[in-house]
Amino acid sequence: MRGALDLVSLWAIPVLLVLIPAVGAIRGVKVYEVFVEGAKEGFEVAIRIIPFLVAILVAIGMFRGAGAMDLLTAALAPALSAVSFPPELFPLAVLRSLSGSGSLALMTDIVKTAGPDSLLGRTAATMYGSTETTFYVLAVYFGAVGVRRTRHAVPAALIADAVAVIAAIVVCRWMFG
Amino acid sequence: MLNWIWLGLMAVALVVAAVTGTPDNLTAGAIDGATTAVQISLGLVGIMALWLGIMRVAEKAGLVALLSRLIAPVLRRLFPAVPADHPAIGAIAMSLAANALGLNNAATPLGIKAMEELQSLNPRPSTATNAMVTFLSVLTAGVQLIPATAIGVLVASGSRMPTSIIGTTLVATAAGTTAGVVAAFALQRFFPEREEADDEQGAA
Repeated sequence: MRGALDLVSLWAIPVLLVLIPAVGAIRGVKVYEVFVEGAKEGFEVAIRIIPFLVAILVAIGMFRGAGAMDLLTAALAPALSAVSFPPELFPLAVLRSLSGSGSLALMTDIVKTAGPDSLLGRTAATMYGSTETTFYVLAVYFGAVGVRRTRHAVPAALIADAVAVIAAIVVCRWMFG
Repeated sequence: MLNWIWLGLMAVALVVAAVTGTPDNLTAGAIDGATTAVQISLGLVGIMALWLGIMRVAEKAGLVALLSRLIAPVLRRLFPAVPADHPAIGAIAMSLAANALGLNNAATPLGIKAMEELQSLNPRPSTATNAMVTFLSVLTAGVQLIPATAIGVLVASGSRMPTSIIGTTLVATAAGTTAGVVAAFALQRFFPEREEADDEQGAA
């Protein structure tokens, strides 16, 4: 199982990078031209997040600079450790469902601080990648069709988020711990 | 929401700095944050371009449409109230495939199209149907085969093995998605589609 996961992680990108254009070429797609056309958007997407990232990272930088994050984590640490929840990941777990740009900034900060190859950095990246920004998604899609009574959508989505967070912590500890 | 979190972070920082007497750390933190933000964003340009380029090729090659056909049998079980030949099935398949492949630009329009198709089956247009909640619980769980943004951040931060999180992310997202679908089915009886008029106004 662990070997299979390692194998997927190692080979997924190189195989897809060759396989997708290969299938495209067989089906008569001008792969190079189409690739370049799609890749153009990459710059825009990356540039688009700069203002969000500046806003959040400045606020987090001030928060951390003042030592407020340490105070908050220290206050919550005993309760979180009691259930083996890494206290450093608690703010990310909360913010992930609320704000995509905010949780991206927070995840980036954890990766920078703890190191990109540390257990904490990898768990933060896994947590970020394993779920969507729940409230944004619900607002956009229900809003698009004018649904006001969302019934069990919010509780179901939050249960999914909570399970994804716990699964991320458990599987990362198992793989990288 | 984010307005208050943002302001709150800075306001709390100011109060803490006032108590501890370290305003210089605050300034350094702010400038450092702004600089890091731009470094990270620019570090993302390459990997975003690479991935969006490959995904455009996958679309043109018909691989997205192929994936839709592959997951159609699963969809019939997830959405028992939707007739198998209804256009909603195809729209949901395309939307989930675009999400799984990380085609963010395509995913949102396709998802809205799927919601419109589901709305055409809805007898009470202001109330969510079971199928809509199931669909959105899968979307908010965010099934993604390659977590490109998270990998991008690891690359930009100098990781030696940035793709190591693909396997763990797949496990976590599968667990979350399963929980979301189970919760959507388990909870639907406690949130009836038909409800009294005053409840209709209370819930937003």
